[in-house]
Amino acid sequence: MKLNGAQILINSLKSEGIKHIFGYPGGAVLHIYDALNACNEIKHILVRHEQGAVHAADGYARASGKCGVALVTSGPGLTNAVTGIATAYMDSIPMVIVSGQVSSAVIGNDAFQEVDAVGITRSCVKHNFLVTDINDLANVVKKAFYIATTGRPGPVLIDITKDTTIAETEFIGYPESIDMRSYQPEIKIEANKITKAIALIVQAKKPIIYSGGGSVIGNADKTLSIFTRHTGFPITQTLMGLGAYPASDKQSLGMLGMHGTYEANMAMHDSDCIIAVGARFDDRITGNLDKFCPYAKIIHIDIDPSSVGKNVSVDVSIIGQVNDALSALIQALKDKQLADITQWWAQIETWRGVDSLAYQTKTGVIKPQSVIEALYEVTKGESIVTSDVGQHQMWVAQYYPFDKPRRWINSGGLGTMGFGLPAAMGAKLAAPEMDVACVTGEGSIQMMLQELSTMLQYNTPVKIINLNNGYLGMVRQWQEFFYDKRYSMSYMDALPDFVKLAKSYGHIGIKVEKELDLKPALVEAFKQKNRTVFLDILTDSTENVFPMIPSGAGHHEMLLAGRDNMASINDKGLNLV
Amino acid sequence: MRYIISVLLENEAGALSRVAGLFSARGFNIESLTVAATNDSTLSRMTIVSIGDDNIIEQIVKQLNKLIDVVTVTDLTATEHIERELLLVKVDVNQQTQADIDKQIDIFSCKIVDLSEDTYTIELAGKSQKINDFLASLDVSKILEVSRTGVTGVCMKITS
Repeated sequence: MKLNGAQILINSLKSEGIKHIFGYPGGAVLHIYDALNACNEIKHILVRHEQGAVHAADGYARASGKCGVALVTSGPGLTNAVTGIATAYMDSIPMVIVSGQVSSAVIGNDAFQEVDAVGITRSCVKHNFLVTDINDLANVVKKAFYIATTGRPGPVLIDITKDTTIAETEFIGYPESIDMRSYQPEIKIEANKITKAIALIVQAKKPIIYSGGGSVIGNADKTLSIFTRHTGFPITQTLMGLGAYPASDKQSLGMLGMHGTYEANMAMHDSDCIIAVGARFDDRITGNLDKFCPYAKIIHIDIDPSSVGKNVSVDVSIIGQVNDALSALIQALKDKQLADITQWWAQIETWRGVDSLAYQTKTGVIKPQSVIEALYEVTKGESIVTSDVGQHQMWVAQYYPFDKPRRWINSGGLGTMGFGLPAAMGAKLAAPEMDVACVTGEGSIQMMLQELSTMLQYNTPVKIINLNNGYLGMVRQWQEFFYDKRYSMSYMDALPDFVKLAKSYGHIGIKVEKELDLKPALVEAFKQKNRTVFLDILTDSTENVFPMIPSGAGHHEMLLAGRDNMASINDKGLNLV
Repeated sequence: MRYIISVLLENEAGALSRVAGLFSARGFNIESLTVAATNDSTLSRMTIVSIGDDNIIEQIVKQLNKLIDVVTVTDLTATEHIERELLLVKVDVNQQTQADIDKQIDIFSCKIVDLSEDTYTIELAGKSQKINDFLASLDVSKILEVSRTGVTGVCMKITS
């Protein structure tokens, strides 16, 4: 059958089982859009900005575990997509981005809407391809999906010149499988590493499991739970890992790191054996490396060898799928006796007793933390929650205990403001039966507002919880603590009337100014199953996120709300962000 | 420490920039980099000389392995290996200096590959240190142009 390049691309996407594409048309992709128009199996979501397309594909991928797909045109289409691509890359999200490119004959001539897409994206993709020959196209698409979804997942860009989409060839079908000598993602767990790890685990008197995004991406929640319950060890999870192990379980110590709980950070600091599962010892987690876990032997399970020993040197590294590694550990532990850790749990309970997430209420003021607690109550903890970036993101992580994976969707690595709304739209399309809430702030939401329009067009009802405090809260918090309260450019004046704005986009808008109105408004919002509801909630403008490990400090030097003086941060700390 | 890393990678457009980009993006040093196709025209061999401590070199090797186009990465300095570099240097020659330059050429076993009335173009292959030594033996004011290829190398034992 003779097909043009655009038709081969769409056929290939169909063969990959793709149901949704998020994109925006333009000159270089007109042929692709023409082929897409003739295809009934794939639904195209016309976003309002290419960054929104990539974030939506990202949210779709995170909620479903499938590969997200975005389609953008050349030049500005691609450059607008870059923030989304970098966001997905930092959080290891499987995604294929197809971008149009000017015709091969004019590449390099500064043609209209030409950018070096492969060059621009090189450092924020797992891999990228430039296709200039129609006969390579199907193979490249196959490779792109294979690379994006295997090993440590990540975004893969396919840049296709316009002449390739127009050219015709005999299409012999989409390849069933692909073999690449330079890319072998299947890694077998080394048995001797398991033996070494077990030797440390059975001796551990103060063990802790530190689980990260790899447990979610690697679909290892069940194995992680079996391992955790079998050992009886305490478990703490990173921002990206939340939900892999149920947060409401008694073995869970909550999140660790900069805004983690007291018990999680103190347990990390005092631990004699840390089992890191799909986590990468990111700077938000470790704080000051010189003071990080001084007494612990470290076992590190990760699919990516380059994550091991990058920030922290480890005693045993187990390279491979988190699921495989944990299964091997569970198997090896069957006939082993573990050390008694009653004392350790008693110590942890003392730390837990500090109640580090306690916050002071003020009459007449809505506390942002109480909004998240009310959201948890109203949704019974069963909603997918996306967030933007800043204080509100931390409050969700702290006050909405996730019991299941793929419910918590946020930009952890890159910290991209504007991520939440399009990601919520993508998540809703991936899981239409689920409630989806987007917790945001008046700063973040204005970075991707235009997607409210897309959400009406494709009927993706999302509840937007806008914690409106008039400040870029996290910036304001750092300025209060570390810049002598010089609030440079962190106050947002001239905000729109979000209620009217939501209405003008055809959605429901509700303003919440009083504490008493909070829960009824949330109940009303979630009652509106088929409508997007924008809750503009005026919250305490000076609230800060606690607990906090100031940059440069160690886990045991964390600061608690209302109990510690924030005045000190060393110069080394100020160099960090 | 100075490390020599040998990378076998797919001979694809853009492969060189992926490696070079990786070094700049992650703040690794490149002292020299050479690349050319191998006997298998679908593969290129790249030899990189870098300076760093053990941790940095470990990261470099791991990050290189992570590149999709990379087939194998070998730290040549961790094994017995042979390294060579090629120098082409053009020097000013006159009656006063010629004898001295000829002597150095003889000591270092260089070849004169081109000569004109008042210049020599000299070729020397060898370890980088030997090339450094040869250049140091010349009168700086007489050196007109230096071009070095950077190091290439192979393992002494048989590898795939």
